[in-house]
Amino acid sequence: MITIRTYYFPETMEAAYEKLTERRNNAVIGGGGYLKLGSKAIGTAVDLSNLGLDYIKEEEKSFEIGAMTTFAGMMLHEGLNQHFNNLFQRAIEDIVGMQLKNMVTIGATIYSRYGFSDFLTALLVTTTKVKLYKGGWISLNEFLENGPKERDIVEKISIEKTKGFYSFQDLRGSSSDYSILNLALSKEGDHYRIALGARPGRAKLAVKTMAFLEGKELSEEHMEKAGEVLTKEMVFGTNGRGSKEYRRAMGKVLLKKALQEGSIHED
Amino acid sequence: MKIKVTINGKEKELEIAPDDYLSEVLRKEGLLGVKKGCDTESCGLCTIHLEDVAVLSCGTLAAKADGKSITTIEGVREKAEQVRYQLAKRGVDQCGFCAPGTIMSILYLEKVVENPTDEEINRYLKGNFCRCSGYVGQLEAVKSYLEGQKHEVCE
Repeated sequence: MITIRTYYFPETMEAAYEKLTERRNNAVIGGGGYLKLGSKAIGTAVDLSNLGLDYIKEEEKSFEIGAMTTFAGMMLHEGLNQHFNNLFQRAIEDIVGMQLKNMVTIGATIYSRYGFSDFLTALLVTTTKVKLYKGGWISLNEFLENGPKERDIVEKISIEKTKGFYSFQDLRGSSSDYSILNLALSKEGDHYRIALGARPGRAKLAVKTMAFLEGKELSEEHMEKAGEVLTKEMVFGTNGRGSKEYRRAMGKVLLKKALQEGSIHED
Repeated sequence: MKIKVTINGKEKELEIAPDDYLSEVLRKEGLLGVKKGCDTESCGLCTIHLEDVAVLSCGTLAAKADGKSITTIEGVREKAEQVRYQLAKRGVDQCGFCAPGTIMSILYLEKVVENPTDEEINRYLKGNFCRCSGYVGQLEAVKSYLEGQKHEVCE
């Protein structure tokens, strides 16, 4: 159950930060999605809605995206879909319904580092930096691994316009359910980035698998071996959606599907 | 705390708690077309439009609505009746409990996508669960509604 004592709409980022750090139980509110699924006694809820952080700017070498941009905004953005061959659309499409996608914000998703997130898995295979209001720019990978050094606010992200192939694979009990396991892959030249999420731990780069595949021809044998490297290097767990054994077995399958998709794309 | 909202075209000032959710606040205002289902942002029964955007009122803090417009099924009676007719015609409006949320999603789709494909219709209705009838008839009903097969509203 969530309780909130007072509600505050700051007019500047500084005011938001000051209020957030005023008391330990103050918290930033993004879209508010998933909030009630947790249990927390919030002193002051700091709502960023009036700070103009809902935007996607396409620049020459990157996309700059405000923290209050919704999943729907990401999913339907033509520039993002064209550049990353529908990576985000594919990752967001099956997340509950359109109404929730209109509520959930990317900033809150990143800051919360949700393990069940499909979006974070997809974002990890791009070259993304996160701008924290006090902490400055940090790579998404580092942020997901370590979190913020101190209490902070995600202000925006920057996704580099790398050229390559992108794939998102997921395993679900049914469409619109949460993923049992998800995997994203990007390939730029001979260089791969592979992320696995909903393990059920948070999304993580499979660095040994990425190194194994570097420069290799995509033969059946190499794909099989890559699957073995992947399942050895990643930690899988059990929850209500699936056992660690099932996730481990399916990790190989998702990787193979993504590699095959990439292989077809190159042909 | 107090919030000022426009509900179905009427300006109102409401006294709410900071942790109140819109679904409860609207139901207390007598807008019982805002159904309470899963209450965990999954089933779509509580769908409303906030500033013309479809959201789940069970997961939207009422404080977020301050200064904004809210539309519930009660505010779109005529259009809702047109959609409901198409649903009923195909037998996909059985217990009717999911209908208000579903209709609000269909009206949102109508607003934001011109000539939607089947895929787009499914995308916008994915968040509305119906446990009576399945979704094929629903898809047909939406297409008929959007094609403008209207009828005279029953009194």
